[in-house]
Amino acid sequence: MSAVAPREAVSAHVNSAGPTHARLAHRRGRRAVEKAIEVALFLAALASVLVTGGIVYVLVSESVAFFAHVSLWDFLTDTQWTPLFDDAHFGIMVLLSGTLTSSFVALSIAIPVGTVIAIYLSEFAPFRLREIAKPFLELLGGVPTIIYGYFALLFVTPLLQLVFPQLPGFNVLSAGLVMGIMIIPYVSSLSEDAMRAVPMNLREGSYAMGATRFQTAIKVVVPSAFSGIASAYILGISRAVGETMILAIAAGMQPTLTFNPLEPAATITSYIVQVALGDLPHGSIGYQTIFAAGLTLMLITLAFNVLGHFLRRRFREAY
Amino acid sequence: MAALPAASSEIGAIRKIIARHRRLDFVFGILGILALMLGVLTFLALFVDMAIQGLPRLSVEFFSNFPSRRASQAGILSAWVGTTLVMFVTALFAVPLGVAAGVYLEEYAPKNWVTDLIEVNITNLAGVPSIVYGLLALGLFVYQFGFGQSILSAGLTLALLILPIVIVATRESIRSIPQMIREGSYALGATQWQTVRSHILPYSSAGILTGVIIGMARAIGETAPIITIGALTFIAFLPPAPFSATPPYFNFDWLFSAFTVMPIQMFNWTSRPEAAFQQNAAAAGFVLVLMTLAMNGLAIWLRYRLRKNLKW
Repeated sequence: MSAVAPREAVSAHVNSAGPTHARLAHRRGRRAVEKAIEVALFLAALASVLVTGGIVYVLVSESVAFFAHVSLWDFLTDTQWTPLFDDAHFGIMVLLSGTLTSSFVALSIAIPVGTVIAIYLSEFAPFRLREIAKPFLELLGGVPTIIYGYFALLFVTPLLQLVFPQLPGFNVLSAGLVMGIMIIPYVSSLSEDAMRAVPMNLREGSYAMGATRFQTAIKVVVPSAFSGIASAYILGISRAVGETMILAIAAGMQPTLTFNPLEPAATITSYIVQVALGDLPHGSIGYQTIFAAGLTLMLITLAFNVLGHFLRRRFREAY
Repeated sequence: MAALPAASSEIGAIRKIIARHRRLDFVFGILGILALMLGVLTFLALFVDMAIQGLPRLSVEFFSNFPSRRASQAGILSAWVGTTLVMFVTALFAVPLGVAAGVYLEEYAPKNWVTDLIEVNITNLAGVPSIVYGLLALGLFVYQFGFGQSILSAGLTLALLILPIVIVATRESIRSIPQMIREGSYALGATQWQTVRSHILPYSSAGILTGVIIGMARAIGETAPIITIGALTFIAFLPPAPFSATPPYFNFDWLFSAFTVMPIQMFNWTSRPEAAFQQNAAAAGFVLVLMTLAMNGLAIWLRYRLRKNLKW
């Protein structure tokens, strides 16, 4: 019995074309399935390009409608922003001044503190401290910005009013400071990654010459990791420029052309929120302004991204 | 020999330089700890302040009441239900799309300009401010596609927002799988998809999960894009239930329902001048912070476990 069975199997295999056929057909089917899956996965990857396409389409098409009413020259040079008044003015400079001031305050906290933390964690801190501090910073970066907004308005502003008694309840300073603390983790974690990627033998060379840890950090590690640190700064800048809720809550939403952080101000982002909170009819000029403002915001972040790309290329150190 | 006395005075000078640099080292060490403390203290102040303000308001009624004109009776029922439904839609779209894109880029993509375009594009998308996603959703989902100011619009918007996070996490997780796993699978006659399905995806699943949780934690606290699509801030009703006892058992009306979410509810209460409402805001904020902390903590713990246990 057992000797016969294989022979039967072999003869069946040789004599009839059936099973081979079936197997080849199965393999063809398999190949079609493989191809279909690959195409499906490719389409999923392409979806991200569609998102960018969608963003550009929406911003540009609504902005084109906007600029049919308002000349680009007025948009860039007018010193008033009163789109919902009867005497409407559309000077983006007003919103830009708020965005620049708040970003400046935030970055003057986030960049120095973030860099010091990165150098400390990468070059100074004992292993255990780093293992605790890194996840903690990550948690700090994960707190929703609305929480920071609440904190800025109801905790930091009263605190600052003890120092500056004239400070109004809504001001750019407190929003900017809290925003800076929110951005610290973004700056420190990327910078630290870049510094840790610097090969050990560069440090060992420096120590062998008798340099201290601080000298090694400043003169060897930071210059070698510069392209990564620059990316971290650029990321911090785009976060500051695009931050919305902290400013919408704590900075007031008054469109005044000022660079004084002790005053309330509207930024590009908080203006968009302000309009969205009311109900402007779809297609009205007020509705279109938020897309023009959004386009301006996009162009600013794009400019910084391009700058970051250039910096990475220019200062890339390969080991 | 005559140079020796001069050398000893030089040694003194050198010692001084060394001492100065040692001091600098020490000072920077202190500075580093202070910088870290700034983060820690801010976080503690934020957390404790919110707890002190909000804890007295936290009760069962706070979770089971609708928002109200009377601060003491207001609750977050519609907010947490809305957040749950929106997060469900977000995960439903972001996870399959992000994982599929990540698998394609790591396992399938040929080296050509299309792949380069997709990669550069994902990097750039990760840097787009969240409010711009809100404008995209307002123009496209709300008006062009006619979804209105609904749970579907909000869920889709947040899905697009966290898509880059999911893609990057998937790619990093897949990249850490050694090449020999794939070769072993191919050597046994497996096709590419069979290799992906039975090896690549299972081995990268913990890393992908970490990324998904971080993405969802980000989405749960996002306020600006949802305000931009024009979500109402006063919602005292629940969306229609997705399940029912009578056929057809499921319905999708809830997708098109008006809604509110936790951060919007908190924003609404924060912007009121009355102290009683700001207490409500603190309570809602406390719940929100706990949710994001729990999610981020879970992700960090998962990653820690993963790094410890996974040795190829």
